[in-house]
Amino acid sequence: MPNEKIRFEGVTKRYGALTVLDKLDLSINEGEVVTIIGPSGSGKTTVLRCLMTLESIEDGVIRIDGEPLNMMERDGTLVPASTGHLRKMRRKLGMVFQSFNLFPHLTVLQNCAEPPVLALGVKRDEARKRAQELLEMVGMSDKHAHYPAQLSGGQQQRVAIARTLAMQPDILVFDEPTSALDPETIEEVTSVIRALAVKHSYTMLMVTHQIDFAHDISDRICFFDKGRIVEQGPPAAVIDAPSEARTQQFLSKVAQAR
Amino acid sequence: MQRSPIVVLVPIAFLVGLYFAVFSSVAEFLPALLNGLTVTIKVAVPSVLLAYLISVVAGLGRLAPIGPVRWASAIYIEVFRGVSLLVILFWLYFVLPEFGLTMSAYTAALLGISLNAGAYGAEIVRGAVQAVPKGQYEACTTLNYPVWHKYTRIILPQALVIAVPAMTNMTIELLKGTALVSAVTLVDLTAAGVRQNQMTYRTVEIFSVLALIYFCLAQVVRFSGVRIEQFFNRHLGAD
Repeated sequence: MPNEKIRFEGVTKRYGALTVLDKLDLSINEGEVVTIIGPSGSGKTTVLRCLMTLESIEDGVIRIDGEPLNMMERDGTLVPASTGHLRKMRRKLGMVFQSFNLFPHLTVLQNCAEPPVLALGVKRDEARKRAQELLEMVGMSDKHAHYPAQLSGGQQQRVAIARTLAMQPDILVFDEPTSALDPETIEEVTSVIRALAVKHSYTMLMVTHQIDFAHDISDRICFFDKGRIVEQGPPAAVIDAPSEARTQQFLSKVAQAR
Repeated sequence: MQRSPIVVLVPIAFLVGLYFAVFSSVAEFLPALLNGLTVTIKVAVPSVLLAYLISVVAGLGRLAPIGPVRWASAIYIEVFRGVSLLVILFWLYFVLPEFGLTMSAYTAALLGISLNAGAYGAEIVRGAVQAVPKGQYEACTTLNYPVWHKYTRIILPQALVIAVPAMTNMTIELLKGTALVSAVTLVDLTAAGVRQNQMTYRTVEIFSVLALIYFCLAQVVRFSGVRIEQFFNRHLGAD
């Protein structure tokens, strides 16, 4: 029985009258790579943002390693999580953003070496050494003294991945990591992510529009529409032979666009 | 490197000033004006520094998650923006003693000017902090930055760059505002000019020199602002 890493239980997220996530149930095991696909506005990114505590949820519980994320247990009942609890839970999570969100006033090396020092209390020398290794891994060590504005989108995203890894998370969350990139630089980012999924066996939750890429690296695909999972299963089932009409419709549209 | 016109303008302005000093018996009033200039600078420099400090504190206070801090900042900003500097100075120097709080003219000038400028500066800082892209805040959250480091290391360094042009403006305004300190008996550059005019009747020379000195001081501020912007843009800009 594999270890359950993340669990969404009846998670509901509303913006006013609009229900973005509708009683979502989703469970992800340790080392599993799960990709969410679906049309724009289907709530894909919201799943990640709720997991990262960037959005509050109206109902339900998100658990990481069995422990509630947005709530905590006190005297046998669940109460809203304290800042300290959120901080502790977030240490397990690392997010890579669509728009990179590197710190523009810090060099590539500082971007990767500073967060562990400030947020985890890692020693400065140690953090620098680890940052160098990670930059090496994503093929960016020669640019360590550059500022983000001096890099291409693909290079910035690789640095952002190294920065996320520097925090030593258990779970990697990718929010459309290639959507803001030139077609030419997509490959350099997807190959890094592929290496993380295959070689390093991180637990990964990803949202992407790169269907082929999702097919390649995912253990499971979730097709999302209107805040619900319409269909999920291995890529060979969901992408190659979808059973739901809505999934077929979406995939044929995507195929046409290609 | 292309030189800014200001590099040329400042020496020219000084030369013209020097011309007056040498050729139209300016010597009889110039020492008094220079004494006034010293007072102006003694008031302006600490006021600027204090105003910047107030700007950051009140600007962030305006955005604080704690209600009372936010309200206190808002009240401070509205009061000191809404009341004229002259009236603030009168209050500090002439009204507060009625309630038993006495301060020197210099202290009153320094406090009045920095509280007034700080209120404007606070709104500049608030706007700049809000102009830092949302993604930067989210990156801080997901990277678990402690609140203190989030602001001191990530948000403020970016916000202050955004604030530089407006802050330069505020600083020049503050500099010129120091002319009002004569209301609390200080003899600053302007007050010295007015006195010398009454004694020597060298109206054209005195007020030309005055105008030049203020202009040059403003250019020093402007030039510093431009250099600070250039320094940061090298890292933050697209090029």
